[in-house]
Amino acid sequence: MDLGSLGITEEQVELMDVAENFCREKSDMATVRNLLEDVNGFTRDLWDEVAALGWLGIAVPEEYDGVGLSLAEVVPVVEQMGRRMMGLPFVTSTVAAQAILFGGTEAQKQDILPKIINGEAATLALSEMNGAYDLTKIEAEAVKTTDGFKLTGAKILVQNLDVAGWIILSAKLEEKPSLFLFKHDLIDAAQMRREKLIDETKRSYELNLDGLVLPETALMDLDKTAVTLDRIDLVANLLGSAEMVGGAQACIDYTVDYLTTRKQFGKLIGSYQALKHPTVDAYIGYEKARSLLYAAANSFEDQGQGEVATRMARVAAGRALSYAADRSIQFHGGFGFTYDCDAQLYRRRAIFHDSQFGDARWHKAKLAKILFN
Amino acid sequence: MISVEDFAIEAEKWFAENTPAAPDFMLPLTFMEVGTDEQFEFLRDWQRKVYEAGFLGAAWPSEYGGGGLTDAHQSAVTKVMRKLEVPIMMNTIGLSWAGPLILDIGSEAHKKKYIKGILSADDIWCQGFSEPENGSDLGNAQLRAVRDGDDYVLNGSKIWTTHGHYAKYMILLARTHPDAPNKYAGLSFILTPMDVRGVETRKIRKLTGEHGFTQTFFTDARVPVDGLMGQEGEGWKIAMRTLEYERGARGGQAGGYSITEPDPLAILDLARETGQINDPVVQDDLIDFIIDAQALSLNQKRAKIGSLMRDKPAGLPLMDKLVKTEFAREINQYALTLQGTRGAYYVDEPNAVDKGWWHRNYLNAFSATIGGGTSQIQRNIIGEHVLGLPKSY
Repeated sequence: MDLGSLGITEEQVELMDVAENFCREKSDMATVRNLLEDVNGFTRDLWDEVAALGWLGIAVPEEYDGVGLSLAEVVPVVEQMGRRMMGLPFVTSTVAAQAILFGGTEAQKQDILPKIINGEAATLALSEMNGAYDLTKIEAEAVKTTDGFKLTGAKILVQNLDVAGWIILSAKLEEKPSLFLFKHDLIDAAQMRREKLIDETKRSYELNLDGLVLPETALMDLDKTAVTLDRIDLVANLLGSAEMVGGAQACIDYTVDYLTTRKQFGKLIGSYQALKHPTVDAYIGYEKARSLLYAAANSFEDQGQGEVATRMARVAAGRALSYAADRSIQFHGGFGFTYDCDAQLYRRRAIFHDSQFGDARWHKAKLAKILFN
Repeated sequence: MISVEDFAIEAEKWFAENTPAAPDFMLPLTFMEVGTDEQFEFLRDWQRKVYEAGFLGAAWPSEYGGGGLTDAHQSAVTKVMRKLEVPIMMNTIGLSWAGPLILDIGSEAHKKKYIKGILSADDIWCQGFSEPENGSDLGNAQLRAVRDGDDYVLNGSKIWTTHGHYAKYMILLARTHPDAPNKYAGLSFILTPMDVRGVETRKIRKLTGEHGFTQTFFTDARVPVDGLMGQEGEGWKIAMRTLEYERGARGGQAGGYSITEPDPLAILDLARETGQINDPVVQDDLIDFIIDAQALSLNQKRAKIGSLMRDKPAGLPLMDKLVKTEFAREINQYALTLQGTRGAYYVDEPNAVDKGWWHRNYLNAFSATIGGGTSQIQRNIIGEHVLGLPKSY
């Protein structure tokens, strides 16, 4: 079986260039640190700039005001955002837009996609207290009433819910998974509780659904729920991999910086092979993950191949960032144990990602099913 | 001149018709694994046959015995050979190290004397770089060469000499100037005949139990100064240059190929045969190998895409040897664990799984993780040259 192949488009390279400069300029570590305690985790100005660049519409067709490219072109952008630890609701909005594109009604697409592209953030309320990676394991329920759907249950880990204009929600409708898309206005502040995440650059909320009533027009295309949930899973994993590959690169640079300035026993500590060799291994892990990431980007829309390539990239990216960050903490010695050392930011990010949309074991089991059965 | 495409078609036809059937002994996967006379003779005859058909040294100048075509012609043929998995070209030190060097910087007399014999495998070449006391620290090589009239007088010893007991010539790294300002500047590179008095080879038995290379002893051995390549003191520089030919970084190789690269995932067939491919624990391990093999192959492709190589352009090329050889070691090691009780057998035991192929591959895999710069030295190189970490010594 073909596992995915490499290739690169001119647009990818252009976006890589622009994103590299933009993210470096806008998000140095001091800025990232300042935003850790910010209520939103990002500034409105920066978000407006990202929207103005058109990045939210890269993979949306022109008929919905998008740029009409593909997710392959979103990857280098997210890679650079991950490298600079940007806390924007960019990935959630992009995943949500893809979900609407795959599973929205035509009216929803025409109405809402242009708004997301313009900077109205969107998010997904999928996870529940059962902790399942399987997006079809849903307890929340929707019951049809005369004025729409009445919801019960609760969702957790709804990213950037405080700023999201649009929410995609999964719930059981007549025992079957279904998706709803609705405006933020329909929930009130009392239904939301800010959660404490291990990755402090990110924001998430618990959403209590009891009492929520959604209009009939909120229901997404019922026939497409399964393919849409699959799409959400794969897009989130592709972009999650990109974020982690970027993070791994930055983390390794950060470690190397310390290894080339810190002296002990009269020598730069990077000259000691006990530190040098694992750092090289971390670097190799990063380069492997990056190769797999760009193959996944290039093969993403190919039936079957896209899923295999994406899950492989996701396994490699998760491991690369985890290992690089784990060793970074260790190699910074006493400083590594402090909050001030950036190594913890990268380590926390890797742990966060492993908890969302499947960890390595989950993806490997999926791959085994595809490749061995 | 024949077009590259036509040449490749001719080659494909010729190899389809002329590739010998597999002999009843196991053929080596790399030139370093030639361990018995029957293997040696088989491969030497095969190389000669390929050369005479015009498919080896196709890009080398015709006045010295080459085919007078271009590198593109030879690469096309090499690709065919790889595709058809024909037996390897065994005179590797001549084809990929000495030959390109002689054509590059040798004298007219050198070219006339050496090139044809390299291609026809009449003259087997070996390499004398490593010494018993200087392995990873190659620059510290101590074999002495003292100029005496028209000769160098050689004293010392070289080790891990592949084909040492078959070779007619050696490319030798010798110390001509022990008092040079640094260890590298005291070295010279000498084409050395092996059939002179004072040169003795002793076979070394490998961990596989087979013979593969030799230690070579030099005791007042006299060799002509005519064999000096470049100037005295340039030995290190020239040795590094030969490494570049060998790695294909400089072009100029005679072509053919000296290492069969088995499918990294042949292990899946083994797991299927033993039925263990259905065991979720095994599947979990195999998926790791599949991901790694895919990353390796993608790395090689990405190394050619400039826009995906901007940050550390030397990274992927420099890590290739390390990741490839360590992968081979690990996957062959894993293959042994899929054989149950029969994992206890070894090569030549009729009850052994795949005739002991995996056991032999695993043990031989160390030749690549140790030879040509150990994996640990490779990590130093990557750390220092790619990541900019300070030198370890």
